Amino acid sequence: MPEPNGRHNEGNSSPRLASLTLVPHAADRLTAKDFKSDQEVRWCPGCGDYAIVAAFQAFLPELEVPRENVVVISGIGCSSRLPYYVDSYGLHSIHGRAPAIATGLASSRPDLSVWVITGDGDALSIGGNHLIHALRRNVNIKILLFNNRIYGLTKGQYSPTSEQGKITKSTPFGSLDHPFNPVSLALGADASFVARTIDSDRRHLTSVLRAAADHRGAAFIEIYQNCPIFNDDAFAPLKEPAASAERLIRLEHGEPVRFGPGASRGLRFGSHGQLEPVDVAGADPGTLIAHDAHRDDPSYAFALSRLDTADFAHIPVGVFRQVTQSSYDELMADQIAAARRHSGPGDLAALLAGNDTWEVH
Amino acid sequence: MTKQVQTLDHVIIRFAGDSGDGMQLAGDRFTQETAAFGNDLSTLPNFPAEIRAPAGTLPGVSSFQLHFADHDILTPGDAPDVLIAMNPAALRANISDLPRGGDLIVNTDEFTKRNLTKVGYAANPLEDGSLEQYHVHAVPITSMTVKALESFDITRKDAERAKNMFALGMLSWLYDRPAEGTLGFLKAKFSGRPEIMQANVAAFQAGWNFGETTEAFSVRYEVKPATLAPGSYRNISGNTALAYGLVTASQLSGLPLFLGSYPITPASDILHELARHKRFGVRTFQAEDEIAAVGAALGAAFGGSLAVTSTSGPGMLLKAETIGLAVSVELPLIVCDIQRAGPSTGMPTKTEQADLLQAMFGRNGESPVPIVAAASPADCFSAVIEAARIAVKYRTPVILLSDGYLANGSEPWRIPEIASLPDLASEFAFATPGADAGAFQPFLRDPATLARPWAIPGTPGLEHRIGGIEKADVTGEISYDPDNHDRMVRLRQAKIDGIAADIAPLRVDDPDGSARVLVIGWGSTYGSIGAAVRRVRNGGHPVAHAHLRYLNPFPPNLGEVLRRYDKVLLPEINLGQLALLLRGRFLVDVISYNRVRGLPFRAAELAGVIEDVIGHA
Ligand code: SF4
Repeated sequence: MPEPNGRHNEGNSSPRLASLTLVPHAADRLTAKDFKSDQEVRWCPGCGDYAIVAAFQAFLPELEVPRENVVVISGIGCSSRLPYYVDSYGLHSIHGRAPAIATGLASSRPDLSVWVITGDGDALSIGGNHLIHALRRNVNIKILLFNNRIYGLTKGQYSPTSEQGKITKSTPFGSLDHPFNPVSLALGADASFVARTIDSDRRHLTSVLRAAADHRGAAFIEIYQNCPIFNDDAFAPLKEPAASAERLIRLEHGEPVRFGPGASRGLRFGSHGQLEPVDVAGADPGTLIAHDAHRDDPSYAFALSRLDTADFAHIPVGVFRQVTQSSYDELMADQIAAARRHSGPGDLAALLAGNDTWEVH
Repeated sequence: MTKQVQTLDHVIIRFAGDSGDGMQLAGDRFTQETAAFGNDLSTLPNFPAEIRAPAGTLPGVSSFQLHFADHDILTPGDAPDVLIAMNPAALRANISDLPRGGDLIVNTDEFTKRNLTKVGYAANPLEDGSLEQYHVHAVPITSMTVKALESFDITRKDAERAKNMFALGMLSWLYDRPAEGTLGFLKAKFSGRPEIMQANVAAFQAGWNFGETTEAFSVRYEVKPATLAPGSYRNISGNTALAYGLVTASQLSGLPLFLGSYPITPASDILHELARHKRFGVRTFQAEDEIAAVGAALGAAFGGSLAVTSTSGPGMLLKAETIGLAVSVELPLIVCDIQRAGPSTGMPTKTEQADLLQAMFGRNGESPVPIVAAASPADCFSAVIEAARIAVKYRTPVILLSDGYLANGSEPWRIPEIASLPDLASEFAFATPGADAGAFQPFLRDPATLARPWAIPGTPGLEHRIGGIEKADVTGEISYDPDNHDRMVRLRQAKIDGIAADIAPLRVDDPDGSARVLVIGWGSTYGSIGAAVRRVRNGGHPVAHAHLRYLNPFPPNLGEVLRRYDKVLLPEINLGQLALLLRGRFLVDVISYNRVRGLPFRAAELAGVIEDVIGHA
């Protein structure tokens, strides 16, 4: 089979991020500027998307792959405009379908680093089916879900992550439906990499992007994103410096989970497998948990995701789960290679002739 | 006893039984034997959508009709000469199609009071004289099969299950078919269960021997091989031919094949077939739904694959938005719609031609898509290669229309020489890294084809963004400019219209040029119309026949052809969809003939319609 562009991973010495083992290595170190397109950015002033795209552009050189091997695919919504602002290959597709389109690209072109940009409406409402299936298949794509808990582009209707009772144009008496927890949803779909971060914390956001790029298979990142126009301060309780120490549970693999004033609080398992915050001082140290993102069983990560409450009392951020599984594109390529090993490359004339032919003279 | 041998020029056999009786298998095997013998043939499998409808009921009846001849034939035949009815339900559902004097082979064992009552027979038709007008061959097929297998260590149920092989053996004797292929097939199929394999072989042989010795059959028939064009032949169904066409297009173009698909009747066999050919680098992706199937295909097209999605009418609806995106971003995509009876779920296993207007217009905005329609099962091979050629050359989605009849029906196919196939690699090229430092212009069109560059990720210097938002001409940047939109709408249309200059003109079959009536058709009606036209001509009436392979754009000479005749008759298995297009485009008052029964037209019926039109011309 002819490979589309005949490019392969040229040998390189530096250790590669796990998702990029089949992607060519960049000869020259790129900069954030190399990934800025000449397009005028059209988000509203103060939109959280600005911080995210800046962090993304600044991070991309770390991949050490040529610019032309980075592809950004999005659906529809405010966040989905992002591909226009990144100078690489980009596809701004249709509502909810980006994970499906990216699946076709990533599974046929393992030499690309494929990023999906989506929002809470795009990924969880109209595209919910594609999201869960892309995650369970473990396609080598990185999905960045910008969660602003509102429909921005259509001017402010409640979304599948809006809190119940949300007053919007489409719900003047309050929304009736119960919101999704995106992290719980991704874990329920058996995603092999699930993380959460916040638009305003560039360092944390970058560290999560790095961890996602270092994961072979599907990576899901929920990014809390502020929409100052239609849902301002949705995440305000997490952003005041004093409050954030109280509320944010920063997950670090292998480290004891500590949060609250002076890291005085920790987590332990309750009677039904749920996680409960406790004062470290009074607790039996053996019961306090250290974060283990590599647990094969997703139940623990799921329990972490259930600590979220509507009042933001406790919000874990960081990598909830990261387990090693074969990625879909690898398995697909392996089947082709195995078939060729077993019976050689295809012979078209033999295929067309089949086994039951007869001759007419 | 010596039997009289009678030579026939053609025979139409219909195997009919319960869904669980293995009629499709028996029909398939008889077809393979017939193909190996060298007859021309055409088949019509007809089965319920339910996998196992309640046993012995009318909805559970499954049948397989095969027409074979010593000359070239075009259809599976209107009515059977021979009907094999494995139970009362099969008799009841099919007897009205058997002409007076036809041969009826009945499995008498199943004609119990209970089975008769189940399908509304108050009296046993084998005894009440109601079948007097047929040549009835009453054969206790089930009990004879069981008896023949007495010595085998298998259950009674397994023994009964071999009755289709008994019937097949009997028919194979009756028409002097070569048995080796079937015996080889049984050996391979049941290689893991030697007892069952031997039992099936024994049942087949018992059926054969029964034919030879019984007095139920006094005559044995022969149908001489057909004189087809010289070459190497095989029997092929439409879906297999389509799958092979896709593998071939991939090889000819040098593009890796990617199929995104979701299971749907009657298209699933394309997915099944392609999934087997990984050696050719074929990637098959069974998606979570129809939308993801076409979405993944479009993603693969963006990356430089020969991208395909296969489906039927209900799936086409779900794919419409993504096909629209493919129109807008101008990427090659092959969409195979194996039409079935609608609306909605309709009749999944039955054929219809009613997706034409959906293919033509079923998207928002001005969204032109080329349409190619296959005319026969074997023609699916070259039709889909042509669809691929148009897709890669013009960077556009192309809809390939087939249908349930073509998909499951089969006919002999002269296996093409690889060297005779079109060189798709010369029809397109990926954009190459720009030597100039200037910005890449993703919508700068080729002046001849109006195609935009196919610049695949991984190509340095051609980084660009595309999407479903309107793009500025040439630069491809987002544009809401009114005049630009008008220009882009017209450019996209002009690109598709321009394909007319790159396709074969419509060929008219009008042997002596004296016809005043033209019969025109498209898609799977080719065989029925062709057979009807032959009948009419044999009756001494001149009539012209033309068949459209390209539904969008139309061949450039179509208007002229339509105006050349006093009357234009257009039979369609819909309520006049192509007629609407022809009238709208050419202001020609075509006469529509429409039947939407989920079955192909009968040649005799169409011949009558043509004669009527000629009579009034
Ligand atoms: S509507 Fe909200 S999310 Fe959309 S661009 Fe404006 S601020 Fe950002």
